[in-house]
This record gives sequence, C-alpha cells and structure tokens, in this order.
Amino acid sequence: MVAVSDPALELHGVRRTFAAGTTNEIRALQGVDLSMQPGEFAIVIGTNGSGKSSLLNAIAGSFPIDRGVIRLEGQDLGALPEHRRARMIGRVFQDPFTGTAADLTVAENLALAARRGRHLSLRPALTAERLAQLRRQIEGLDMGLEDRLDAPMGRLSGGQRQALTLLMATVVRPSLLLLDEHTAALDPQSAELVLQRTQEVIKREGLTTLMVTHSLQQAIRMGDRVLMMHRGQIVQDISGVRKRRLRVDDLLDRFEENRSADLMDAPAAEMVLRNYV
Amino acid sequence: MNLLIGAMTIGLILALLALGVFITYRVFDRIDLTAEGSYGLGAAVAGVLLVRGTEPLLATTCGAIAGAGAGVVTGLLRVWLGIPRLLAGIVTSTALYSVILYLMHGGDLSLASRRTLVTIADEIGSRLAGGTGDLVLFGTATSSRNWMGLLLTFAVVAGVALLLNLFLRTNLGLSIRATGNNRLMARAQGINVDQSLVLALAISNGLIGLSGAIFAQFIGFVNISLGNGIIVTGLASLMIGEVLFGQRGVGRSITAAAAGAVVFRLMVAGALHLGLDGNSLKLITAVFVVAAMVIPKAFRNLLQGPPSLDGRRV
Repeated sequence: MVAVSDPALELHGVRRTFAAGTTNEIRALQGVDLSMQPGEFAIVIGTNGSGKSSLLNAIAGSFPIDRGVIRLEGQDLGALPEHRRARMIGRVFQDPFTGTAADLTVAENLALAARRGRHLSLRPALTAERLAQLRRQIEGLDMGLEDRLDAPMGRLSGGQRQALTLLMATVVRPSLLLLDEHTAALDPQSAELVLQRTQEVIKREGLTTLMVTHSLQQAIRMGDRVLMMHRGQIVQDISGVRKRRLRVDDLLDRFEENRSADLMDAPAAEMVLRNYV
Repeated sequence: MNLLIGAMTIGLILALLALGVFITYRVFDRIDLTAEGSYGLGAAVAGVLLVRGTEPLLATTCGAIAGAGAGVVTGLLRVWLGIPRLLAGIVTSTALYSVILYLMHGGDLSLASRRTLVTIADEIGSRLAGGTGDLVLFGTATSSRNWMGLLLTFAVVAGVALLLNLFLRTNLGLSIRATGNNRLMARAQGINVDQSLVLALAISNGLIGLSGAIFAQFIGFVNISLGNGIIVTGLASLMIGEVLFGQRGVGRSITAAAAGAVVFRLMVAGALHLGLDGNSLKLITAVFVVAAMVIPKAFRNLLQGPPSLDGRRV
C-alpha cells in the first residue's frame, strides 16, 4: 500500500454544456472525476471535441462550470474568477501568440509574470535588480534570448515565444501547470526544444501538471499518467507500471475499444486514424 | 507672432487630449467616444467653479477628475452591464450633454473677468517683464502674458507626459498595457482585465477633461458644443505625431502624440491664416485624419511592394 497524501487537484462530477437546449448544444464535459497527487504529471489525450481543452479551460476558469466541484490544494476554485485562479495556475496555450504580449518587450512580459497576480503597484516594473534576475532566468532556457530582453515580443519566433510563455507560466511556482497542445503549432525542432524545457522545469520544480497533446508519442514518453478523454469523460486512466509499459499500439487499441464499445462513432474513429497513424 | 504663440498654446492644450486618446486608441486599440462628453464636462466643471471664485488650479483639477469620472462610468457600463464598447462611450457622452447643460444652467458660460489660469499666467508674465507687458523677441513685440501662457502650458504638458511615461512603466502600467495588447495573456498572468479597462478609461478621460478645462480658460468661455467632434481632433493629432515622429516605444509614442497635437494646430492655424473659411475647420480635420492614415501606408507600399497575403509584413 502506497501512502497517499492530500491530492493537489480534485474534480468531482464536473459538467459543462455549451448552448444548452439549442441545436448547437455541445456537451463539453459530462461528469469528470479526477484526483491528482502533488507533483503528478498527467498527459491528456483524446479526439477532437472529446473535451480535453474544455477540461483545462474549466480548471483555469475560462468559463464557469454547470455542476461539480474543482479543488486545487484544498481550495474550492468555483467562486474564483479566472484572474484570481491564475495566481495559482500557470498556462501555456497552443497558439504561441496567445501567451505573450507582442507589443511589450521580452523583459516587460517576463516582469509581468514575475509579479503574477500582484500588479497593483506603482513601483517601476523594470528595476536593475529585476532585470538582472530576469536575465538569469532567461539564460536558464539556453536559447540565446538573454540578449533580446529589450526586443518587442512580436519580433520573436513561435518557438522562442512558446519557450518564454513556459518560463512565464513557471517563474512564480504555480500549484498547477496546464499545457494545452503547447507544441502543436511549432516546427519539429522548436517543438522538441520546448518539450525538453517542459520536462526539465516540471521535474526540477516538481510541478503538478496536466498536458493535453495530440501526439501519442509524447503520451508514451512523457508524464507518469495518461488520461484518455471521450465525449466529455475520462474513459481511460493509465498510471504506474502500466503507464511505463505503455506503447503507441496499446493506445490505438484503447481508441479501438472505445469505438467498438460504441463510445466512439465512425467519423471520430476515422479522425483518430488520420491524426495518429 | 502672437498668432503663432496662440496656435502653439492651443496645440499644447490639445496635446493633453491627444495623450488621452493615445491611451484608449493605442494602448488599448479602440476608439472611446466618451471623449466627446468628457472634454466638455472638464470645461464645464472648471468653468462653473471658476465663476464661483474657486482657485483656478483647484477648478482645473476638478475638471480633470470629472472627466476621469466620465471614463469610469463608461468602463462600468462595459464591465458590469456588458454594453458594447462604442455604444458605452456614446451613451455616456450623450448623457453628459444634459449634465453639462444642467451644470451651466444653459449652453454658454462666460469666464470674462474671472480669475483663471490665464490670469495667473498674466500676473507671472507682467512681473517678469517688469510691468511693461510686452517682450521684444525676434525683433517683434509680443505680449508677455502670451509667452507666459505658452511656457506654463508647456510645463504642464511636459509634466503630464513625463508622469504618464513613468506610469506606463510601473507594474500597474504594464498590466494595463498587457490588457490592451492581449487580454488572454493578461488573464493568464492574473491581471484583472476589467479593472485595467476601467482604470485606462479613467486616466484617458481625466486627461481629456483636463484638456477641456484648460482650453475653456484659454478662450475665456465654455460652450455646450466645445466637445463636438473632439475625438477626431485627438485622432488627427495622434496620427500626425506618429507619421512625423514614429511610435517605437512608450516614451517616443507619448512625445509623438503631444508633438502631433501642436503640429496639427499649427497646420490648422496656417490654413486659417491663408484665408480658409473657419466653418470648414471640422472638414479639414477629417481630411487630415484620413490623410494621416492613408499616406504612410501608401509610402510603405511604394517602398516595399504590396503586403503579403495574410496582410502581415515579414
């Protein structure tokens, strides 16, 4: 029997339906239960529209949930608006342009992140001390970006911006890190680099992490738990030894299981094959 | 010479307006029509207080605060009631029309023979000029009160511009700029974007109210139609400034907006001096805005060829 500490993240019966009662009704989350231990790194996979991103958005507070409870380190997030949750949650989005402010300089972006949720201050944002600190942090990325602190963020490549978004999401240690297909829009080389930095920071800081990905390869080689979503629910939860022995074929079999159990309709199955094989 | 000084002084007063418009139009990338009301409100509040004998500095400050209040109203209409951005500004400025009429008990208010900022400039000027009232500069006699007015206005504008520049580099200022630039990013960084918006509208309209309050004292009266079309004047100033002085970096942009207002006013004064009909003033203003938006684009196309398919330049 393994000792179990208090969970870092808990979801009970989380439901959310968009445009309820109309022909466009989307049942994004249909009763999600999840419990994550501190420092646990879970990969979320599933077809388009299975609820992966909705799950992350619900936790971050991008929209209110219809029913259920979300607790982070024991605190009920339900009553907190998105910007208050952001004090505890670091996020990296799929679009590299979402996580940074293009017209602000690299240093200004990082300075904002360094005071996450504590912006009501009339002190200069970029003191010499802060700049030196930012330079050290950016040197840790080992991407040569320390010489571009004064460049507008918009001048940087998608990969550079995504690496900086990751730094911004973790520079103040978050209670939870949410990664939403954060390498999907990058070229393979940049994606690899950002994935490396991701693994480094999660390991170094022991971050509780939920990472959505479309890549089964990533699901196999990263993280210590795989959550497969389908139609707004978590239908597979693989961890421990089973996760370590997991192969791509196993995951494809699970997708096939979903389908044959009539959990997945034909077009969704087709999409899986197109996307993953 | 006095004409030139007058045009420059008005230009500097309108520089405050341009700075206000800069905050909503450039930092926040949206046009805020509250300006149409907050400019006149600033003028009316200051005017009414001056008629009652309030100290000019205090009356002017109250005008600015009233303008900021108008900005807060627009902000809350948007944040609490979800009124769309253009409509929220129009609603506030429409309501302010009645508020101004009520404050002034009518559409006009004369500040003649009242103690105003102009009186103060006058006093300082004649003291420095040794009582003669005229200074000989560049070979022509110019009134010392005009010079003093110009100097003091310049000092106010320089001070405001400096403060604004410093503010936009504080943690709070940075959070406002981030909100204007990328709301999703701002939220993810724990910034209360609603609060940022209300604050930006307050600062913007505070500056615009200040501009109106000083302008009324300069011309010696308040009129209900003072703020009509003032947003276009602000935009013209901003764009002319950006064309002439660039917009890289916060400090540069602020200087450009302020300088643009002066240049714009000099252009208007020049046109009037050359015999242009005063009634066509708003028409030229509109033409200036269009020209300032189109000409730089045309130049760039000429130099770099047509834009790429997605409209961006590499």
